[in-house]
Amino acid sequence: MKTGAKMAATMSNVDEIRNRVILGEFDIKNVHTTDYPGNYPGYDDTWNLQKFQKNFRIDVVQMDETSLEFDMVGIDAALANAFRRILLAEVPTMAVEKVLIYNNTSIIQDEILAHRLGLIPIKADPRLFEYRSAGDEEGTEIDTIQLQLKIKCTRNPRATKDSADPRELYLNHMVYSKDMKWAPIGNQADVFADANIGPVHGDILLAQLRPGQELDIVMHCVKGIGQDHAKFSPVATASYRLLPEITLMETVEGEKAERLKRCFSPGVIEVENHGGKVVAKVVNSRLDTCSREVLRHDDLKNAVKLARVRDHFIFSVESTGILAPDVLVTEAIKVLMTKCQRFLCELDSTEME
Amino acid sequence: MVFIDSRKGVQADGTDEGCVTFVLHEEDHTLGNSLRYMVMKSLDVDFCGYSITHPSESKINFRIQTRGGVPAVEPLRRGLNELSDVCQHVLNTFQRSVSEFRSQQEDVMD
Repeated sequence: MKTGAKMAATMSNVDEIRNRVILGEFDIKNVHTTDYPGNYPGYDDTWNLQKFQKNFRIDVVQMDETSLEFDMVGIDAALANAFRRILLAEVPTMAVEKVLIYNNTSIIQDEILAHRLGLIPIKADPRLFEYRSAGDEEGTEIDTIQLQLKIKCTRNPRATKDSADPRELYLNHMVYSKDMKWAPIGNQADVFADANIGPVHGDILLAQLRPGQELDIVMHCVKGIGQDHAKFSPVATASYRLLPEITLMETVEGEKAERLKRCFSPGVIEVENHGGKVVAKVVNSRLDTCSREVLRHDDLKNAVKLARVRDHFIFSVESTGILAPDVLVTEAIKVLMTKCQRFLCELDSTEME
Repeated sequence: MVFIDSRKGVQADGTDEGCVTFVLHEEDHTLGNSLRYMVMKSLDVDFCGYSITHPSESKINFRIQTRGGVPAVEPLRRGLNELSDVCQHVLNTFQRSVSEFRSQQEDVMD
């Protein structure tokens, strides 16, 4: 009786082409989606919303305030990629756009300082603000947030005479993002009374000063998207990978099993004891990073089949802190819906003419 | 050859309404690829593809060729509607999963 590594039933060739991306030694096979109507005789591939709804599921694996890992199963790569692209570049946020420098006697040049200020994530819900209208230089309370940075470095009168530590000798010699203070315009003080608007993190070092140097800066934040400038991107990064699938084509025993285990990321392959013999078994192929190391060993490469499941996406969304990661995904899906609606309206209006 | 420019309106040549190239402005692979997938899933469509004419210009040429004399705007309209429905379903499923996960977390903490 065969004990040991469970051998997965080999998929029929057609199912494999339709559902799996095969990782070979020198190339990757079956990359593109081919299940369009007419390609496979006997399969009905026409779009069917009910069939999609039945097969589709989302499983949240891990979630906290800044990062989210979830699985999206049963969707095509074109749509998953669209969500990823929108998360990176088309979900709007607020960021510093105009920097009015009234006084900068620090050693950091004006433009470098302005660039750094622009990249600081600003904790303000962009859904409560409008885009600035084109040609408007001043900005109104509905589309602008005003922040102020006014700081002067002085000598510390209470420092000991022989000290060489700048932390003791000088006051305010490090300018952090917590020194950026919100200056409410118009009715913002009432509307955003409980939301403390300001930088997400207070410990970002902006500049270093020495006694006599000062900064007197007013900043205007506007709403924008990552496509315009990367400072508006709401995610630290957002990425996805396909679920790996490792199947053992034959039993792998003894020292070969140990070597096989070392070829994969830790936790993917476990070596079990079956009646005196050590046998390799696939425990959790999700943890694998698909380095294909096993294909470099001639005696092991035919024992394993490496593949990825084509419609199972493991998303990882890391937020910069402006919006919670689940809110970001929700907004990204809404952006794609808005794009579709916009073109539907255009089609309807051109048809009327 | 029919070009439909979403900013200038329909410029029809008159001959064949089944083969149309739509010019979608301010769009890129994000909508192009996902819309192409939805349109290809339709039975009426013989050919569907999109290309970005030049990377400096943000517009795509989206071409649909239908079979059976169906006017090309029909699969396009259907594709946009279906894409919108998919997004709605994904949104609902995602929000449900997140709230389930959150209530699971609370149960664990109690």
